[in-house]
Amino acid sequence: MIGNIVIVLFDGLAFGMLLFVLSVGLTVTLGLMNFINLAHGAFGMLGGYVTVLLMRQYGWPFLLTLPMAFLAAALVSVVLERVFFRRLYRAGELNQVLFTIGLVFVAAAGATYFFGTGQQPIVLPSWLRGSVEVAGIRFGSYRIFLIVVSLIITALLFFTLERTRFGAKIRAAVDNQRVAQALGLNVERIFAITFALGSGLAGLGGALAIEIVGLDPSFGLHFLVYVLIVVSVGGLGSIPGSFLGAALLGIGDVAGKYLVPELGSFLIYLLLVAILLIRPTGLLGKR
Amino acid sequence: MVLRTESICKSFGSLEVARDISIELPQGARYALIGPNGAGKTTFINLITGQLRPNSGRILLDGQDITATGTAERVRRGLTRTFQINTLFPDLTPLESVTLVVCEREKKAGQFWRSLASHREAIEESHAILSQLGLAEVAMKPTRQLAYGQQRLVEIALALATRPKVLLLDEPAAGVPKDESAMLFEVVASLPRDIAVLFIEHDMEIVFSFASQVIVLVAGGVLLQATPDEVKEDPRVREVYLGRGHG
Amino acid sequence: MLQSQVSTPAMQPVAWIRRRNRWTIFEVLFWLATLLPFCFFPAYLNLASQIAITALFALSVDLVLGYAGIVTLGHAMFFGLGAFTVGILSSRYGWGEPISGLFLAALVAGLAGFASSFLIVRVQHLALIMVTLGLGLLTFELGNALSWLTGGTDGLTGISTWNIFGYFRFDLWGYTAYSYSLIVLFLCFLLCRVIVNSSFGLALRGIRENVKRMPAIGSDYRWHLRVVYTISAAIAGVAGALLTQTTNTVTLEVLSFQRSADVVVMLILGGTGRLYGAIVGAVIFLIARDQLAGINPQYWFLWIGLLLMFVVMFMPKGILGGLARLVRREE
Repeated sequence: MIGNIVIVLFDGLAFGMLLFVLSVGLTVTLGLMNFINLAHGAFGMLGGYVTVLLMRQYGWPFLLTLPMAFLAAALVSVVLERVFFRRLYRAGELNQVLFTIGLVFVAAAGATYFFGTGQQPIVLPSWLRGSVEVAGIRFGSYRIFLIVVSLIITALLFFTLERTRFGAKIRAAVDNQRVAQALGLNVERIFAITFALGSGLAGLGGALAIEIVGLDPSFGLHFLVYVLIVVSVGGLGSIPGSFLGAALLGIGDVAGKYLVPELGSFLIYLLLVAILLIRPTGLLGKR
Repeated sequence: MVLRTESICKSFGSLEVARDISIELPQGARYALIGPNGAGKTTFINLITGQLRPNSGRILLDGQDITATGTAERVRRGLTRTFQINTLFPDLTPLESVTLVVCEREKKAGQFWRSLASHREAIEESHAILSQLGLAEVAMKPTRQLAYGQQRLVEIALALATRPKVLLLDEPAAGVPKDESAMLFEVVASLPRDIAVLFIEHDMEIVFSFASQVIVLVAGGVLLQATPDEVKEDPRVREVYLGRGHG
Repeated sequence: MLQSQVSTPAMQPVAWIRRRNRWTIFEVLFWLATLLPFCFFPAYLNLASQIAITALFALSVDLVLGYAGIVTLGHAMFFGLGAFTVGILSSRYGWGEPISGLFLAALVAGLAGFASSFLIVRVQHLALIMVTLGLGLLTFELGNALSWLTGGTDGLTGISTWNIFGYFRFDLWGYTAYSYSLIVLFLCFLLCRVIVNSSFGLALRGIRENVKRMPAIGSDYRWHLRVVYTISAAIAGVAGALLTQTTNTVTLEVLSFQRSADVVVMLILGGTGRLYGAIVGAVIFLIARDQLAGINPQYWFLWIGLLLMFVVMFMPKGILGGLARLVRREE
């Protein structure tokens, strides 16, 4: 009994950590640029497919593909930002939503063309397969890996934001863009770099997600909903907020599907609506 | 006293934006609120109109405590403001915008079964207000197509259409180029005599032309309240604006 | 042209407003054109009635999106509620009278709309989009969970719609279906037209243009939003009911996110805030989908994605907006 609860919490936490890596970029860019980028999930999908391609076509080891997934997504996001997103910053929410959804559709079609509609399985290195037994409970090795990697990323993010000058600039720009600009910060460059970093993390998240939730062309749209929930519940622009939101959603989703499978994601959506009504800016959001 | 505030205090965490502000506005008043940037003038207006809730203190309109009332209700009771930055309806024409205000005032805005054209009196009243402000010729163009100075006037038109007892003007001349400000001066001068007006202004010309009393706000608190001439001579005011050692 | 040569507008303000809301020749021609399928495309009457139903749904969304400025990604909730009301009435309780079915669907959907409106007015921006999305997804999951009521993934069976007024039978070719849908669409359109041309419609546009200014003019704008949301939900419910009645089937798809998203795409295509934009957008979207999906179902997404990106970048006011700009430039 206890064992089951622990496993559910563990699995939920692992899923939550995955969601955190996928979402943290979006919450920062939403808080920073006020640009609703629904194509964020598509960056995740891109990262996933990069990993699949590198592993299957070129025989790269799994761990080595992860930074490549990050880089690929970051680079593509820079191009997209320059060519398209820049013109939409003042276009209003509806236009941003629709344009980026259109982008997701195009990306999904592209993925279908190059990879087909099926799931893309990958073969993990042997030390990531299997499980570890502690106190009579079997914990999946990959999920442990996932939690560790996410915590490392969280620590890196925290360190960058709180201790480096660049991090301070990001925080200033999120807090009050006009004043930051008046103080001489190159806000445009901060946007671009932060956007690239955030999208890169999404790509990394997509690569990490393959083993847990699979990868197919609908990934971009499917995980969009999860990512949006994490970001709105956590609060725009708040990294601790999206950590909390991701953990809640991850555990809630796994627990819900375990305890009451007939209701599916009903409880998650109910939680989303309830939280937004009590705190429209999210649990740890500003303003 | 048409408007009275009693010891209004407001802080955001450790930042005090309003310290014990008590002012009184009699009927027909023409009071100016001045002070350096960041003194809390617009914040004070936000507190009076209900956009911000004070931490302590009371606000009374015509003797009634409105501290807990919502902004829309305060407008209905006669307390209206204009915004420092144009907060208009860009796609609506001035005629439509002011007609909307009149319909809301008459509580007829919710009648979705009646065509807009059937509200004859509202439309004519709206046109009259706009004509008085010299906007008759542009009344039927989308507001976004108007010159900046004209838009500032629409800002005032919207406020006047609520038939206020107390009118709070937040820097009415802000951003208006010199050649357009003449109309603005005229409008401020010809505001109905029975309305109590409190206006924030940096333009000292307007302050000295129209204000009978000047309230100086510094760092969230009232430094002094006096006639324009007295304020001009007061050394403390000089210090606040020019700094010490500037004789 | 003529107007620009007159320095002072000779037109009285009331007359000017009345002129803006008058029926134009284009509108008359438009509605006459809706009769064309009867003569020229009799084989497509069933498709035409589906288009009319979707256009009605799009119209309901235009009220809240185009006029009040509420970006909603979950309006299929009300469409589905209306569809299921009629479906359950017929399949469970054997009641298939169409007109009363429409009214009941409007009532159920309207009540749901009224209840949700209290939630909707408390949030803005992204949180608002998420609440509408969440409510829509919630309703879908609920429909899935209550499969004993909704028929689950298979949908409801045993639905039959009685003759309209006891006389007009739903024929195979779709004459009755299209006439019925078209008349309901037109009547609801008239209602929407009255609403948007009233002072209430003006208030809605005020909310859309600058919600911050509304309390400052003494407007109880939240009440306005609740009213329009309720009316919009009721109309969406009527559209859903029409779908069930003309096809005699209803599945969970009527509550799907896909449906909510499609209708928003239609609005951006045709142009928001014009009523006719909703109808034009629905026509173009459905015909395009019919053609493109026929060519290659897998890449349907590609074309819609590209279309969306193109429209947002170059024609953000939609097709009707683009046309309006062309006409104005000629003046």
